[in-house]
Amino acid sequence: MSEIHFREMASKSWLNFLTFLCGSAIGFVLCSQLFSFMLGEQDNTQPNILHNDPHAKHSDDNGQNHLEGQMNFNADASQHKDENTHIAERLYQKVRILCWVMTGPQNLEKKAKHVKATWAQRCNKVLFMSSEENKDFPAVGLKTREGRDQLYWKTIKAFQYVYDHYLEDADWFMKADDDTYVILDNLRWLLSKYNPEQPIYFGRRFKPYVKQGYMSGGAGYVLSKEALKRFVEAFKTDKCTHSSSIEDLALGRCMEVIHVEAGDSRDNTGKETFHPFVPEHHLIKGFLPRTFWYWNYNYYPPIEGPGCCSDLAVSFHYVDPTTMYELEYLIYHLRPYGYLYRYQPALPANNLKELSQAYKSEDSKVKSETLERKT
Amino acid sequence: MLSESSSFLKGVMLGSIFCALITMLGHIRVGRGNRMHHHMHHHLQAPNKEDISRISEDERMELSKSFRVYCIILVKPKDVSLWAAVKETWTKHCDKAEFFSSENVKVFESINMETNDMWLMMRKAYKYAFDKYRDQYNWYFLACPSTFAIIENLKYFLLKKDPSQPFYLGHTIKSGELEYVSVEGGIVLSIESMKRLNSLLSNPETCPEQGGMIWKISEDKQLAVCLKYAGVFAENAEDSEGKDVFNTKTIGVFIKEAMNNQPNQIVEGCCSDMAVTFNGLTPNQMHVMMYGVYRLRAFGHVFNDALVFLPPNGSDND
Repeated sequence: MSEIHFREMASKSWLNFLTFLCGSAIGFVLCSQLFSFMLGEQDNTQPNILHNDPHAKHSDDNGQNHLEGQMNFNADASQHKDENTHIAERLYQKVRILCWVMTGPQNLEKKAKHVKATWAQRCNKVLFMSSEENKDFPAVGLKTREGRDQLYWKTIKAFQYVYDHYLEDADWFMKADDDTYVILDNLRWLLSKYNPEQPIYFGRRFKPYVKQGYMSGGAGYVLSKEALKRFVEAFKTDKCTHSSSIEDLALGRCMEVIHVEAGDSRDNTGKETFHPFVPEHHLIKGFLPRTFWYWNYNYYPPIEGPGCCSDLAVSFHYVDPTTMYELEYLIYHLRPYGYLYRYQPALPANNLKELSQAYKSEDSKVKSETLERKT
Repeated sequence: MLSESSSFLKGVMLGSIFCALITMLGHIRVGRGNRMHHHMHHHLQAPNKEDISRISEDERMELSKSFRVYCIILVKPKDVSLWAAVKETWTKHCDKAEFFSSENVKVFESINMETNDMWLMMRKAYKYAFDKYRDQYNWYFLACPSTFAIIENLKYFLLKKDPSQPFYLGHTIKSGELEYVSVEGGIVLSIESMKRLNSLLSNPETCPEQGGMIWKISEDKQLAVCLKYAGVFAENAEDSEGKDVFNTKTIGVFIKEAMNNQPNQIVEGCCSDMAVTFNGLTPNQMHVMMYGVYRLRAFGHVFNDALVFLPPNGSDND
């Protein structure tokens, strides 16, 4: 009888024990749920830019996830959203530039292609001039031969073509090589001070052989509408000779004959804007040896080092394809955030009144910040 | 029945007490873990537009001055031409820049670390900088002489990042389990990270002077191991498009790669508009970068930036 009782007691305590365990398990679970709920809330009340990043994981995140996360937080996909190009756009409309690029059939893919992919898009109109037509590129066929001795002939024919087809489409007419990089925004700034009805042309001025100087072919040069008209006229009336093996010199001579002024393209601190070489050659003291022809050719006193080149440079020459894209990146993409540039150019008040108004409001902000620096 | 229900209730009570105890204990650990967890995310982004638009014009100058960056450049005698270039170019934009050399070099002012070992140089430099300048600078940037850095873009990147948090950022590389910031792209440490690093430097177990057993471990990996013990983790710095902001190559290398891999989008595929570093430049290229970054630009493109940085005094190449 006591055995049964004992077994009964044992089973009862087993049962008790089981219920006890059950209870503690349930209690534990309920409690942990409660705690995690409370702690979870606490987490959410810490907004922090760090939370913008949805990734808490390791590097198996791929770029796609990253961008999706971006869209959730309304962040800026484009790096240029803060950019105000109002002034550049107004200049684009007011100072219309037609660019023509001297190239040839064998250089379309090697060189001209990279010009087309970078700065050429900023011309109001761009034409690629070759000895033979290429409908796909597209390139204009001048029906000449190729070669250095053909350069002047190609130049004459190119300007003739532009005169015949596009005279009214632009105010200024720029010639460049397929290894020249041109910064159109800065060219427009330079030309905005002048009237396209003036007989004038700009480039990197050289002094030998021509009294008023002549413009380097490689650095590029730009003719006013009046200058273009006179140039084309000069060949119809035989004022200028057709034959020459030195393109830029021959053109410069012609310009003098037809009374087109060789302009001063330097900025208002006297720094050159058109450059016959890449930045490195001008910026590094001693890069160009003292015996180099360049030192005797420059019309204005030549400078090496930081004073060589304007902040608002217009052109560089002997630019290989890689350097084309590098310049494009440095000028139109990479910038030092918030940096107050030392050189603050002014827009002339006589031309383009509305443009100077818009610029003055920017200028005054700059001035007030500069004043702050002085105090 | 009654005894069963009472034992059940006892069980519930015990269970909840046990759970509460564990949670409290865990919360202290989890709490710290949570803070650590913040810095477990390995991709760190630039500020976005919303953060910037809230800053008023007057606040901008003040805000700009709140970033004080101390630059450490580790040099050896063989780097003399790069050293000269770096001294004349980008380091002028640091709030303070000092050169730490393996030995004294004539004509060049530097702090002599008296060792040829890069890891030892790095440790000593960090210790020197922390001991001397901990109250004056809140961000510490370490670079090689072949690196070009744009400090303004570094400060912009650090906008909204609290230096009392343990930041350790740059261009990260994964080596097995270890994620570390490559010294070639430049290493950025907040003052908090410097504090934690310096507290560990004297400890030979966490921060040994001799890294690997058989072959040497590079100094940037050793730094990462050391920082990890202090709960500081490497983060890769990226812009809003996911592009690296710290680069271990030159622009030219990126362009050439893009010309091969994505010929239709070369400049877009290259690099961030707010890149902070490029590495592998020659001295001449450094001078060209100064012109290309701080001077050459297109007229008529105006930006409304949240920060204002003035050009350094007595300088003619920026």
